[in-house]
Amino acid sequence: MIRARKLGKRFGEKRVLHGVDLEIEAGGFALVTGPNGSGKTTLLRICAGLALPSEGEVELGIGRARIGYLAHEPLVYRELSALENLDLYGRLYRVPERRERIGMLLERFDLWDVRHERVASYSRGMTQRLALCRVLLHEPSLLVLDEPYTALDTAGAELLDAQLAELRGDRTFLVSTHDPDRVASLATARLALA
Amino acid sequence: MSPQGAQLRSVGRSYRIPLPGLAALALGLVTLALVLVFFVVPNDANQGFSQRIFYFHVSIALTAYACFVGGAWKALVHLWKRDPLADLESYVAVHQGLIFGSLVLITGSIWAKISWGHWWLWSEDQLVLFLVLFLFYAAYFMLRFSVDPGPQRANLSAVYALFGVVLIPVSFLAIRIAKDFIHPVVFTRHGPSFGGWILVAYCVSQIAMLALAYALYRVELAGKRLDERLRGLREVLA
Amino acid sequence: MTYLRDVGALARKDLLLELRARDTLPAMLLFVVSTFVVFHFALPARSSQLAASGLLWVAIVFTALLGLGRAFVPEREQRVLDGLVLAPCDRSAIWLAKSLATLAFLAAAEVVALPAFALFFHGLNGATVGGVVLADLGICAVGTFLGAMAVATRARDLLLPLIFLPLAIPIVIGGVGASVVGSPARYLGFLALYDGLFALVCWASFEYVVTE
Repeated sequence: MIRARKLGKRFGEKRVLHGVDLEIEAGGFALVTGPNGSGKTTLLRICAGLALPSEGEVELGIGRARIGYLAHEPLVYRELSALENLDLYGRLYRVPERRERIGMLLERFDLWDVRHERVASYSRGMTQRLALCRVLLHEPSLLVLDEPYTALDTAGAELLDAQLAELRGDRTFLVSTHDPDRVASLATARLALA
Repeated sequence: MSPQGAQLRSVGRSYRIPLPGLAALALGLVTLALVLVFFVVPNDANQGFSQRIFYFHVSIALTAYACFVGGAWKALVHLWKRDPLADLESYVAVHQGLIFGSLVLITGSIWAKISWGHWWLWSEDQLVLFLVLFLFYAAYFMLRFSVDPGPQRANLSAVYALFGVVLIPVSFLAIRIAKDFIHPVVFTRHGPSFGGWILVAYCVSQIAMLALAYALYRVELAGKRLDERLRGLREVLA
Repeated sequence: MTYLRDVGALARKDLLLELRARDTLPAMLLFVVSTFVVFHFALPARSSQLAASGLLWVAIVFTALLGLGRAFVPEREQRVLDGLVLAPCDRSAIWLAKSLATLAFLAAAEVVALPAFALFFHGLNGATVGGVVLADLGICAVGTFLGAMAVATRARDLLLPLIFLPLAIPIVIGGVGASVVGSPARYLGFLALYDGLFALVCWASFEYVVTE
């Protein structure tokens, strides 16, 4: 589903990625590890379609509509409520039975009770959970998750574990993390960036 | 949408006309133009120095337009092919355009002072247009230097250069129709009748200015590409 | 038409954000009225009515600038724009929706500003109002586009006036012409031309402003 050859990315003078090869087949689970500044986020952004490589090439087998990307930032409007944010994304992604799907996700991630409150009032953990709802809303075939466990408390992390286990197998995953042991059992491929 | 890899070509494009030859040609043409305008064109056809500077004023103006249009063309090529070299070429073309544009304002101002006694004339459409374009393209540089180098900077610069080329005719039209309510003092210009040496002098100065602009463009471009190569080599060594 | 539905969803979001924050529109209203007061003192006693008409357009452009500077602030925070760019909708829908929302705020500000102008200076004719409507379209289309560009830079609020004003000059010419000249038709026509031409360029190139 994703094939990258000799991928490189440079921002002006600074070179962030060089000579990266990556291949993930459909249904695979690729784990990317590396210290801070090694280019994990840049690699994931390229694979999600948000950035273009400076060198090399990348082929994504699917279009934007089927990709779900979890960034460092939650990508939600702080002045809107969880419901309003998900409703917007639901419309943009043309999610069928939008209201039901949103309701189901909010309940699953334990945000149903605060669905009408502004995201600005949420804790970091709650915001991260909302970001996960956003990513899963349109049932993407490819999930690109950049350090999904950050900011999650134990309960949140367990919810995420359950989700990953449930979706593993039919979806393709590209996940970067600081804590590889947590998802090591799910991984079919590993890439370590220097 | 699937992203396509963009290859950074720091070497690659070679030009048909070699630079030293081009520089010599430009120098020769400019000298010829100066000689023609100041010594050869019959005196009675001109009202002195002010009319002579007008040859250069007009040819520099058209050269500046050519630079802006060239910059916009390269910008389009960049957006279409995501080619970083095209971005560099676009930038250098706009830079030359701005330089020549400033010269239009300066020569125009000198001409206005000598001919009409004022350093600035709102009635001169071309001059006012260049003032607007100067502001626009000066902002191009503010925009460019406010973004870190990379594909985003190239995209923003390219789009802005395209806006510029649409602005040129729109502004010209606007300035024309503004005459109705700005009520400028209308100065009638006694233009020379085109013929003989006058036409020759004008054509030579036009070609000379275009050659000069192209030579400067190539010089600056060569310098910038050398910088890029140096940077690339430094990285490989690091 | 899914494109229009996307534009609708995005524009609703922008209007909702302003309704919650309630800062841009009141600021624009206060600004425009303060500007009129400044103009009163800036116009010497024997200034013509025409001078005041001209200044109306200055007020409109600068009030619009105030609003435009705030247009992409919610997207700038935490890079929410990435979320919109990832969505399968056409990227130009983001620009169109934002322009329509900004147009709504500018129009709302003018609903107060124009009567205030009539009160402080002199009445407004139909051509002026027509000119304002056409100018607003151009200001919002181009201004929102440039606002998105400015937000991607380091200079941000510093840059927007610099890149906007040269492009606003033809709008001011068209607007002032429509307000003061006896036969305003050609100025209104010019404004329509400006709007059409630049809206097309904005629509076609917004994709490149928000992607690499």
